[in-house]
Amino acid sequence: MSNSVLFDAPGPRTIRRHRLYGALGALLVLGVLAFVLHRFYDAGTFEGDKWEVFVTPDYVRVILVDGLLNTLKMAGAAIVGACVLGALLGVGKLSDHRLVRWPSWLVVEFFRAVPVLLLMVFTWFVLGINKEGSSFWAVVIALTLYNGSVLAEVLRAGVNAVPKGQREAAYAIGMRKTQVMNIVLLPQAVKIMLPAIISQCIVALKDTALGQYVLAPGLTRIYKQIFLEFDNRVPTMIVIASLYILVNLLLTALATWLQHKLVGERKPLEVSMITRPAADGTATGPL
Amino acid sequence: MKAVFDEFDAYLQAFGYTLALFLVSGVLSLLLGTVLVAMRVGPVAVLRSAAGVYVTVVRNTPLVIVFAFFSFAGPTLSIQFNWFKVSIGDYDFTSLFCYAVLSLTLYTSTFVCEALRAGINAVPLGQAEAARAIGLPFGGVMRQVVLPLAFRAALPPLASVQIALIKNTSVAAVFGIAEATANMRSLLNDFGATQRFGIFACFALGYIVIVEVFSFLSYRLERRWRVAT
Repeated sequence: MSNSVLFDAPGPRTIRRHRLYGALGALLVLGVLAFVLHRFYDAGTFEGDKWEVFVTPDYVRVILVDGLLNTLKMAGAAIVGACVLGALLGVGKLSDHRLVRWPSWLVVEFFRAVPVLLLMVFTWFVLGINKEGSSFWAVVIALTLYNGSVLAEVLRAGVNAVPKGQREAAYAIGMRKTQVMNIVLLPQAVKIMLPAIISQCIVALKDTALGQYVLAPGLTRIYKQIFLEFDNRVPTMIVIASLYILVNLLLTALATWLQHKLVGERKPLEVSMITRPAADGTATGPL
Repeated sequence: MKAVFDEFDAYLQAFGYTLALFLVSGVLSLLLGTVLVAMRVGPVAVLRSAAGVYVTVVRNTPLVIVFAFFSFAGPTLSIQFNWFKVSIGDYDFTSLFCYAVLSLTLYTSTFVCEALRAGINAVPLGQAEAARAIGLPFGGVMRQVVLPLAFRAALPPLASVQIALIKNTSVAAVFGIAEATANMRSLLNDFGATQRFGIFACFALGYIVIVEVFSFLSYRLERRWRVAT
């Protein structure tokens, strides 16, 4: 604790004071927790029959297969689509030709600035709200467009993060533009980008919950079905939220591991949501 | 598109609610995020881990579920805003609005906390050491030296977080607030057969204008505030 640069190693009086703060803080946290638990207890949230459904094998199967699996399917399809779209748009944004660069830039900016939910609702109506499977695909398409645009920006930042000498050396030995990109820049960029891509998976997974608004399958639909049947809104919410948190924590652990493994102690790639002129005036795309 | 222009007042009002949600929760989330980050890097172990757990849990929960929690479990926990009824012009801010602000604030503040923590890590070591050397306690180090620098260093990620907040206000539509996304859905319901692309274009444009104006302002601020290196 004393190795933080923000405060000195505490002396005896400060230690006592910190113990007091610690005790007060613990009291506050425990007090809030106790209050929440007490209120939930009074409201009957912890009664056995409200939780029984989560240990009944049939319903567990429904939650895991109809719920989690569908959610993961939507997120997975969206991520695969987003990677393809992101690669296309990202390379497009890095292109030397204006006719390719500007449309890519426009598409990326558009889908990054529009809320996913708005896209989802629109796609849902375009696909036909009464058609079978339209809400599933509305979620997938909306998430693909949004995450694809973000990944395009990640790709651009990743390629630009490859040391300049690599590109120059590749040109110097006579490689063509495509070869430089495919053989030299992209393999190194992907390594830098992987943690950012996984973080984007987390975003996509969380956003599948928005599918609720377009009546999509997945955990949020199961949530509704279960609490309508058993009148246990809060327990169901807790279980569903835990499933999301669990999967996200696994993904976070994977991202951290990859970061250590592939990138080492270097700074993680930062991708800004703000468009700005390229700082050094290099050809990193317009505006 | 005609459907939007026929009821242009409703369109503007819907984006008014979007803006109101953004402004109120934006300011509150910055405040709460700053408190959280002070707890997270501070010397009191209990607060450090409490803030850490809070940030980890809320960050990994979908915003819809945070909303659902406060909308449905709020009354059980005496988190009620029935007393809250403010009308400004044509705008009615009711308890639904408060729940939305609460959820957006609690959710966004965790991202603000993480952005600021990265900003604090970017502050040169010598600054904090110099602040300690002249005898400042932790509060002074944070308030007078580290946080001002961290805010400047963290401005781009903070702006990204706030832009995400602008877009996240659309989630309030799911919980019955008549903001832009809800307005679009009801228009699509009525006129979706013939004018869906026009309607979508109008609403997308509204969001794009808000996002672009905000990112322009934050870019200006960033240039003005840039720490001399």
